[in-house]
Amino acid sequence: MATAAAHRTARTEKDASRRDGGVSDDAALEAYERLFDATVAADERIEPRDWMPDAYRATLVRQIAQHAHSEIIGMQPEANWITRAPSLRRKAILMAKVQDEAGHGLYLYSAAETLGASRDDLLDKLHTGRQKYSSIFNYPTLTWADVGAIGWLVDGAAITNQVPLCRCSYGPYARAMIRVCKEESFHQRQGYELLLALSQGTEEQHAMAQDAVDRWWWPSLMMFGPPDDESAHSAQSMAWKIKRHSNDELRRRFVDICVPQAESLGLTLPDPDLKWNEESGHYDFGAIDWTEFKEVLKGNGPCNEQRITQRRRAHDEGAWVREAAAAHAARRLPRTTEAEQA
Amino acid sequence: MTTSATTTAHTHGGAAAHSDTAADTRTAALALGDDALVLSHRLGEWMGHAPVLEEEVALANIALDLLGQARILLSMAGDEDELAYLREERAFRNVQLVEQPNGDFAHTIARQLYFSTYQHLLYAQLAAGTGPFAGLAAKAVKEVAYHRDHAEQWTLRLGDGTDVSHERMQRACTALWRFTKEMFHPVTGLELDRADLESAWLESVREILGQAGLSVPEGARAGAWRAGAGREGLHTEPFGPMLAEMQHLHRSHPGASW
Repeated sequence: MATAAAHRTARTEKDASRRDGGVSDDAALEAYERLFDATVAADERIEPRDWMPDAYRATLVRQIAQHAHSEIIGMQPEANWITRAPSLRRKAILMAKVQDEAGHGLYLYSAAETLGASRDDLLDKLHTGRQKYSSIFNYPTLTWADVGAIGWLVDGAAITNQVPLCRCSYGPYARAMIRVCKEESFHQRQGYELLLALSQGTEEQHAMAQDAVDRWWWPSLMMFGPPDDESAHSAQSMAWKIKRHSNDELRRRFVDICVPQAESLGLTLPDPDLKWNEESGHYDFGAIDWTEFKEVLKGNGPCNEQRITQRRRAHDEGAWVREAAAAHAARRLPRTTEAEQA
Repeated sequence: MTTSATTTAHTHGGAAAHSDTAADTRTAALALGDDALVLSHRLGEWMGHAPVLEEEVALANIALDLLGQARILLSMAGDEDELAYLREERAFRNVQLVEQPNGDFAHTIARQLYFSTYQHLLYAQLAAGTGPFAGLAAKAVKEVAYHRDHAEQWTLRLGDGTDVSHERMQRACTALWRFTKEMFHPVTGLELDRADLESAWLESVREILGQAGLSVPEGARAGAWRAGAGREGLHTEPFGPMLAEMQHLHRSHPGASW
């Protein structure tokens, strides 16, 4: 295989440069780069101990951290309905889902830590606004149907974005995404099923479902990020095979999936320009309000302040608990050692 | 992950010949089911507010286990949603301990320590018997053993952590002490060695508090209400608002299915 050969060549050159007593640091770096490029080109995985360009590492830390932050901030809009869920079955499903999101946050922080970041530091960046989370979680959950709309549309958009990440060039991230995507598709089906029950229920329930879909549709389309000609990181991420498809491509794929699902739900999508295009074989849809998107990203969405305040408060109010656990562990350590020696 | 035993069959049909026994079983199922339902709800209030991510997962996991138990028990007594959402405060049969507000993390842990120790001993006894709760208890006892371990570990960490955590944990243990007698009040339909249950509970709690460097509270264990008040539908004030929140949506759409 071409890659195996490339690996061998790079390793030989790298070893040779070492034996030369560091005369050719540049040659070594070049060999590392060649190995990295060959690995990416062959669709193989970069692993934590492999050499990687600094910019690749930085991009991944940023993306994985923001992904982790989105999971934990994303617990809030749904947790808002746990205490009011209308049946015990739905309550159990929702609790399990929010629990899964905390778990996804944990895997993703672990994946980021393989790149040399620390969870505490990343959380600090979230709490001080230096790192972002998905803009979608700055919208409020106003009715029970919002829980269904989040499952169907928001998780649906997340899956469309994340399935290609299961083949991302960075191994730990790709493996985390395989686990995350399995659980997310389960949540998405549950959200769809929740909306279906409402849509087929009483008149009030149907109206509640329609209202939720009307409010969550456009923000879900914004989850794919800015249009391709304005996406700052896209080209490099695609070259590194962190990203596999462009924002607009994924957005179009998502719309194509949702339209027939909305029909079978008996609900409409709030876009008068939405129609099938025989020629392209896709749905055409209306213009996205990018001004709103930018405002939400800047911190001016409906819940930005509330979300970050709650996260910070949970962290600050929990400080004494974390300190107690650390103090207890530190005290236990010498005791255990003494016991072992005795 | 949670192993909710929702599929366990409940056989309350066709028991007309033993109507007293059936009614007694329903009474007991309601008491145990309400305990689990109410505590699960309180733990659910933590979601998104826990001190570390691992505790978001752990508290949710315990809440889910309890909700699973509640659903089986309430189904033994009638329709789970009707019972959860359409009864008023005076008809709930849970002990007052589980309805106490979360307070700080120490308060939540003290409540968990007292309740999960009791529930673990209770289910172990029920699982060893042949009564109507033996099947459920056999399954749930494994979940509850985990809840008890979680509460004990945190009691040790907080009691034997920093000065601040020690003081908070002591305050929490003392504040909830007056709700602990009620768990051992007789419940119709529950065949138990109550004296053994209570002495095992006291011994275990004393042991853990001692290990954590905490003192065993000295006050009465029954509080101002006589012991057993919650089982008779006499609750504390924070319970009403909790139910108002829990039941609001369901009550707003009479007869709807979800």
